Amino acid sequence: MDDILLQILNGLDKGGAYALIALGLTIIFGTLGVVNFAHGALFMLGAFCAVAVKSLLGFEKVVLDPTKLTAWGTPVEIRTPYIEAWFGDFGTQMLNFSVPVSIIIAIPVMLLVGIIMERGLIRHFYKRPHAEQILVTFGLAIVLQEIVKSQFGANPIPQPAPEIAKGMVDFGAMIGLQAGGVVYPAWRLIYFLFSLLVIGAVFSFLQFTTFGMVVRAGMADRETVGLLGIDIDRRFTIVFGIAAVVAGLAGVMYTPILSPDYHMGMDFLVLSFVVVVVGGMGSLPGAVVAGFLLGIVQSFASMNEVKAIIPGIDQIIIYLIAVVILLVRPRGLMGRKGVMEQ
Amino acid sequence: MSKFTISRRGLLKSTAIAGVGIAAPTILTSRAWGYTNEPTGGTVTFGFNVPQTGAYADEGADELRAYQLAVEHINGEGDGGMLNTFSSKALRGNGVNGKKVVFVTGDTQTKSDAARASAKRMIEKDGAVMITGGSSSGVAIAVQGLCQDAGVIFMAGLTHSNDTTGKDKRANGFRHFFNTEMSGAALGPVLEKEFGKDRVAYHLTADYTWGWSQEGSIKKYSEQLGWQTQAAVRTPLGAGDFSQYITPVLNSGADVLVLNHYGRDMVNSLTQAVQFGLRDKQVNGKDFAIVVPLYSRLMAQGAGENVKGIYGSTNWHWSLQDEGSKAFVSSFGKKYGFPPSQAAHTTYCQALLYADAAQRAGTFRPSGVGAAMEGFKFDGLGNGPTEYRADDHQCFKDVLVVKGKENPTSKFDVLEVVEITPRAQVEYPASLLGGELGPYNDGA
Repeated sequence: MDDILLQILNGLDKGGAYALIALGLTIIFGTLGVVNFAHGALFMLGAFCAVAVKSLLGFEKVVLDPTKLTAWGTPVEIRTPYIEAWFGDFGTQMLNFSVPVSIIIAIPVMLLVGIIMERGLIRHFYKRPHAEQILVTFGLAIVLQEIVKSQFGANPIPQPAPEIAKGMVDFGAMIGLQAGGVVYPAWRLIYFLFSLLVIGAVFSFLQFTTFGMVVRAGMADRETVGLLGIDIDRRFTIVFGIAAVVAGLAGVMYTPILSPDYHMGMDFLVLSFVVVVVGGMGSLPGAVVAGFLLGIVQSFASMNEVKAIIPGIDQIIIYLIAVVILLVRPRGLMGRKGVMEQ
Repeated sequence: MSKFTISRRGLLKSTAIAGVGIAAPTILTSRAWGYTNEPTGGTVTFGFNVPQTGAYADEGADELRAYQLAVEHINGEGDGGMLNTFSSKALRGNGVNGKKVVFVTGDTQTKSDAARASAKRMIEKDGAVMITGGSSSGVAIAVQGLCQDAGVIFMAGLTHSNDTTGKDKRANGFRHFFNTEMSGAALGPVLEKEFGKDRVAYHLTADYTWGWSQEGSIKKYSEQLGWQTQAAVRTPLGAGDFSQYITPVLNSGADVLVLNHYGRDMVNSLTQAVQFGLRDKQVNGKDFAIVVPLYSRLMAQGAGENVKGIYGSTNWHWSLQDEGSKAFVSSFGKKYGFPPSQAAHTTYCQALLYADAAQRAGTFRPSGVGAAMEGFKFDGLGNGPTEYRADDHQCFKDVLVVKGKENPTSKFDVLEVVEITPRAQVEYPASLLGGELGPYNDGA
C-alpha cells in the first residue's frame, strides 16, 4: 500500500510537469493552429531563468589572497557574494530562495520571449503546412539550446531548493497511515501544488475574463471574431506569451528536481506531445488529465513487481498507451471533432 | 648427355624471377612497404576525436585542452609538463621522430556512428596516423574497431567498460584509463571498512554496455564481502527524472544504493536520491549509504552539495601530490586557469605515451609503435609505477577511492582522495575479461 501511494505521489509531481508543458502546447495549437516543437525549449529557458537569477544574486566580489597559492601557482581567490556583503543575512536568504525569487523574473522574461518568438518567426508560418511549422520550430529549439549551451556549458547546474523545503514530508501520517511509511520530498509536493495553481490560474483566466472569452471565441471561430472588429491576432500573440510563461514557470520550479542543462527541453518535448495527443489535440482539460494520468502510469510501470512480469515496460508504457488510446479513441481522451482532421 | 640451351625469352624470365627473389627481403623491410598515413613531410598528424557537442561536451573540451597542451610539450613549447617527470626520456621536445606534431579534431557527439564518421574523416582526409579521445565506452569500442580496420593506432580516452580491453579488445587499441573491474576491486575493501559486511545493496544501472559492466563488478566484489543484492534495476540512458526508480528503494529493505550511472545520469540520480532523503535515512539500524562507482569531478560539480560523503572511484585527481600530477596541474592550471579533470589527465597521458612509443620504435608503423608500448613500464605520469600490459593493452596502475568533500574550498574542490589502492590489488588475469587482441593491422 505504501509503495502504491509513493508511486501515485511520484506520478503526480511528474505529471504536473507534463501537464504544464502540454497545457502550453495545447493553448498554442488551439489558438494559432501551430505545432510548436520549440515548446520544450521554453521549459528549458524557464529553468535557465532560475540559473541566471541565482548567478546574478550570487555575483561575487573576488579578492586575491597572495599568501595562499593554488596548485598551479596563482593566488587563491576569496569569493563573497555581493548580496551577502551588502545585506548580510537578508542577502543569504535571497540566495537561499533564489528559485522562488526566479518566478518573479521569469514571468516577464518568458512573456517577452513568447511574444518575440510569435511576432518574429511563428506568425510567418500560420498558413504553412504543419510539417513546415514543425521543422521551423524544431530548428528554433536547437538554436535556443545551443545558445544556452554556449553561455552555461553542457554540464547540469545544481539549483538547490530553499533549505525550508529540502526535507521530507510524512505524507502517510498526514492521511492517517502508519508514520514513516509514505515519506516524500517536500519540494516535489510543492511542485505538484504549484502545477495545480498554475493550471487553475490559466483555466480561470480563459474562463472568467473578457480577454479569455474572446480567446475562446477565437479558438472556436477565428474569422467571425475578426468580423466583429476584434484584433484576434494581437490577443493570440499574448496567448502565445502566456503559454511560454506557463512552460517557463514549469521549468523554473523543476530545477531543484532536475539540475538544468541545455538539453532538458528536448527530454520533455516528445513526452509532452504524447500527452497532448492522448489528451486530445486542442483540448485543455484533456492535456491536464493526460499529463497526470501518464505520469502516474509511468511511475507504476517502473515498479519492480510490474517489470518482473513485463520486462522493459517502463520504457515503452507511455507510447503503448498512446497507441491504445488512438486506436480506441482516435481523437484522444477529450479531443474535439474537426481539430487536426482536415 | 643433354644439351643445356637457353632462349632469349627464357633468360629474361629467369632474370626477372631472380631479381624479384633477391629484392623481396629489401622491399618487405623498406619504406616502400608502407602503412596507413605514413608521414612523409616534416609533420605528423594526430587525430583528436572528442565530444564537442552533446551531453559530454564540457568533458570533451577538457580533453581537447589537454591534447593541445600535450602537443605543445611534445614539440618543445611551454613548460614541458609531465615530460619533465616521465620516466622515459626518449622524447626530447623536438616532436616525434624528427617530425613536428600537428593535429586535427573531430566531434564524436558521444554517438558511435558520428564518432566513427569523424575518425574516418581524420584518417582518410586529414592523414591522421593515430586517433585518440572520447568519453564513452560505446564510442571507444566503435572507434577502436574502425582504427583496427583502417590500420592506425587508437589511444582510448575516457572509457571505463571492461569490454574495451576485454571482449572487444583489438591489437591497434590501447587504454590508459582504468575499468569497472578495477573500480570494484578498489572499492570493495573501502566499502567493507566503512559500511561493514552485513549490507543489502540496491543497484540502479544505466542500461548500456558500461552500466552492465559496472553493475557486474560491484555486485561481484560486494557479494564477496557478504553483502546481499536486493535488486538490480536497469534505467534508460538519459532518463532525467529517476524518481520512479528511487521510490521503490525507500521501503525495499536495502541499506545501500549503488548508482551505476555516469555523467548527466549520475548527477540527476544522485541529486534525486539525496532529495528522497536516502543519504540521511536509517535502515536495518544502519545509516543508509549511496555509492557512485565511477566519479568524475567535472560531473560531480553538477550534483553540487549532494556529493558530500558519497564514495566512488576515479582514475586520477588533481589534488594528488606526486611530482607528475603536480607538474601537470601546474602546467594545465597556468594555461587555462583551473585544474584538469581525470579526462584531461588520461588523454594527455595517452598523447605522451603514443609519442614516446613512436619515438622509441623509430617509426609510426602501428605494429612498431604497439610493440614499443606492449609491456612498457613507466612512472612519473601521476598514477605511480604503471605498465601497459601486453596481453590486453590495458594500463595497470594505482586506483583512487574518493569521497565527496564535506567542506569544499572551491568549486573544483569537490572530491577528496580516501585511499590510493595499490596496483597489485586491482590486477587481474587478462583471460578474465575474454576477447582476443588479434594481429596488428598496419593498413595501406
